[in-house]
Amino acid sequence: MNLLVHLTYLGPLVAGILILFGLPARRTAITGTVVALIAGLILFLGYDHVAGGYQFVSSLPLVPAWDLKFYVGVDGLNATLLLLTSIVALAAAWMSPRNEENLHRYMACVMGIAAGAAGAFASLDLFFFYAFHELALIPTFLMIGIWGTGNRQAAAWKITIYLSIGSIILLVGLIALYLMVPDKQRTFDIVKLQELAAHRVFTGAGANTVFLLLLIGFGTLVSLFPFHTWAPQAYASAPVPVAMLHAGVLKKFGLYGLLRLALPLLPEAARHWSWLILALLVGNILFVGLATISQKQLDLTLGYSSVMHMGYIFLGLASANLIGVNGAALLMLAHGLSIAALFAISGELRKQTGTLDYRDLGGLAKSMPLLCFLFGLATFASIGLPGFANFASELLVFFGAFKTATPGAAFNGYQIATVCALWGLIISAVYMLRAYRNIFFGERLNRWAGVKDVSLALGWPVLLLVASLVFFGFAPQTVLQRIEPGMALFWK
Amino acid sequence: MSPIIVELIVLALGMALLLVESFAERLNRNTIATIGIVGLAAVFLLLQFGDFSASGIAGYIQDKPALFFKKFSLVTTIVILVMSIDYSDTVRKFVPGITPQAGIGEFYSLPILTCAGMMWMASAADFILIFVSLELVTISFYTLVAFTRRNAASLEAGAKYLILAALSTGFFVYGVTWIYGVTQNTNLAAISKVLPSIPAGNQTGLLFGVMLVLVGLGFKIAAAPFQFWVPDVYQGAPTPVTAFLSVGSKAAGFIVLLRVVEAFQTLPALEDKISLAIVLLAAATLVYGNLAALPQTNFKRLLAYSSIGHAGYLLMAVASFGVFDAGLAVVVYLAAYLLMTLLSFLILIIVAKNSEGDDIIHFNGLSKRSPFLAFSLLVAMASLTGVPLTAGFLGKFLVFKVALESRQFLLIVLAIITVGCGFYYYLKVVRAMYWQTSTGAPTNISVGILSTVTIAALVILIFLFGVFPQFGAGLLS
Repeated sequence: MNLLVHLTYLGPLVAGILILFGLPARRTAITGTVVALIAGLILFLGYDHVAGGYQFVSSLPLVPAWDLKFYVGVDGLNATLLLLTSIVALAAAWMSPRNEENLHRYMACVMGIAAGAAGAFASLDLFFFYAFHELALIPTFLMIGIWGTGNRQAAAWKITIYLSIGSIILLVGLIALYLMVPDKQRTFDIVKLQELAAHRVFTGAGANTVFLLLLIGFGTLVSLFPFHTWAPQAYASAPVPVAMLHAGVLKKFGLYGLLRLALPLLPEAARHWSWLILALLVGNILFVGLATISQKQLDLTLGYSSVMHMGYIFLGLASANLIGVNGAALLMLAHGLSIAALFAISGELRKQTGTLDYRDLGGLAKSMPLLCFLFGLATFASIGLPGFANFASELLVFFGAFKTATPGAAFNGYQIATVCALWGLIISAVYMLRAYRNIFFGERLNRWAGVKDVSLALGWPVLLLVASLVFFGFAPQTVLQRIEPGMALFWK
Repeated sequence: MSPIIVELIVLALGMALLLVESFAERLNRNTIATIGIVGLAAVFLLLQFGDFSASGIAGYIQDKPALFFKKFSLVTTIVILVMSIDYSDTVRKFVPGITPQAGIGEFYSLPILTCAGMMWMASAADFILIFVSLELVTISFYTLVAFTRRNAASLEAGAKYLILAALSTGFFVYGVTWIYGVTQNTNLAAISKVLPSIPAGNQTGLLFGVMLVLVGLGFKIAAAPFQFWVPDVYQGAPTPVTAFLSVGSKAAGFIVLLRVVEAFQTLPALEDKISLAIVLLAAATLVYGNLAALPQTNFKRLLAYSSIGHAGYLLMAVASFGVFDAGLAVVVYLAAYLLMTLLSFLILIIVAKNSEGDDIIHFNGLSKRSPFLAFSLLVAMASLTGVPLTAGFLGKFLVFKVALESRQFLLIVLAIITVGCGFYYYLKVVRAMYWQTSTGAPTNISVGILSTVTIAALVILIFLFGVFPQFGAGLLS
């Protein structure tokens, strides 16, 4: 038994339960997430990319008749995502309020979401992979409904109904995937399923339908256009830690599922539906991108932008070559870190000023130089300026996607989609820089003269996130070399 | 040992407690319930550890499903008795008597007789035996539903239940006579043996008989379009009786349905038509139960419609009969349904007693009044919606699995939509408990020891089934 992987989800989970039983909320939560972060770091650094394959595995057979077990372990891909989860979870726990009414429930819910995300990434068994993700659903509903801002009740209902229907479609897709295996070999073991894919088990008649179910199911969870309308409102209304964890980490579950299951197991079906994926991701980038420009509040801008950026990751996934999928995986990490930082900053800003409306804000750089600096860094990261991990990954995605060739077509769909997606870079520069200017520069209104800057003690979670972005921006190969052995099995 | 001893013990226990009620005037009536609980628990242990496999009686089978359903009935009845103790104040208010306690003992001992009937039904494999045990269950329910006789709603419920249950029994018996007419048999095993030799001309008569039996059973399990009695009866009946109806009566209906469907497997031409009928029943039940639950504002009525909805998922599994795990799916779903439904009703009784009503608004601010009850009801609602790591998810998971395996695509599409509806109407209760603040002065709710233990046990079992699927998978082995 290797306990290290278990710590990544048990840290927050146990912390959450202990908080409900009366331990001091903040301290316990931070302890739990620190334990998870240490485990995540050891897993990430300790993963031997020369040997490849799944490491740190531990499994506990539960139902031998269905080959269902509690099975966890990491390869480069989910080691990276577990690292992302634990960094964001620590930052989210730190950004939580100190004197909220019913703080212990608040923190227990945050820990529940973190544990659900970590457990889903750690699981190598379909049953628990799915189960852990849904664990986060009820805490999210409660948190947005109780502690949210704005039209929080509507937002809570919307996200819950959307995600539940998406999940149930996904469940049907996963069971269908399980049933595609011939009777005697059926298994919930993701590693075995990937091995079976090499024997062309998943090429039967229903493969295209199963892929479509998985695409819609996972796609709804990732806010793929046109199933994205739950996301902006929910993120705008959600309390800061929820927005950070959900937009930063939990939403990556759907992408992770596509990258881990749908694409490697059903490559032909993926090719069959590639036109649909390309069309939808262009919708994500251009349609949602233009919608983002028209937003008048920072929280909604960030909500829409997180939907829009999913388009790039989908482009990487659709490209179906090693460069593209590597870029997509790296972008999952980079986007998770940058959007979490932005939501953390917007939360602080709301706490200090009480509003996120551009028309009410302006010139805050004078009163809040540190927050302005941090927002600037996160903005540049989000736009994809060189030096940040976002740049490295977006570059890989565009190169990968442009390289994908369709026999007989001079200028193929992938290349058209790539060109459309490149416009997205300009769009995101427009809305992020405009937000930066509207909030921090220009003339300062008199009412903001007395606004206090964030202290360094509160700013360091954001610094941690931004520092990680810079680190992975300068050294993307630390991630890429770990991801590559797993990806190279399925993509060239 | 002969397996019928177990049923006879339960029957004797019920009779004895009725006599105690009549002759021991000064006895605290809650003692009767306690004796009942202890007695049933003892029978449960006897069934768990004793060897009752040999049967040897014609038309009485003692297989794994039968054993499961017997334990199921015992657990249900035990929890119902715990609820009844909490509910006894309300019963006292609506039952006139010379002494304040008159009649309460009957309220405690009748469920035990019902339990004996349900246990018998689990083993019945002969239409005569099925009919007799079904009637033992139903007649006890006639009394129980109308028990609080000064309450007009309860009387109305009693009258509705009496008339419609009698009508459905009529359908059932008429169907059995048609089946007997064609096959010359009432024993299910014997029917199954002679079916292949039935000439094609007689099959229509047989089909007619089976459809009538389905109507009768559809009433018991509250499948649409035979569900009209459910909302009014559930709302009007005393709450423990409602819980008993929605769990015990439904489970009993499903075991009989499984036995009948299994018996008619030997004639493929007929079997196809029966499964088509069940698919249609399942589709109607899923849609009706879940859509009608959406606008409900009364918690008891909400649970009534949800029980119709769950009958739909169960029928989905029955419609997939023939796939290897279909029986298991029904059993696991019922076990999960028992845990989460009884938990909801138990909390409903305690909250209603402290809030002067059982509408959803009476749950407002429950998280402040009693965090324990609120969390337990949150678990029950999460399980009813089918959130993973709870028992309800394992049930839904298996139902979807067998339905996909037998390619019931219509039902799957409907079920995806209805699960989404479920999220809305169950989370309405969660919203009331956690988002809203209580309307009146928030008073703390105290919970008795017996109820606390029962609630905690149910919550733990819900998680146990959800986190360790081997418990569910092992129910039939």
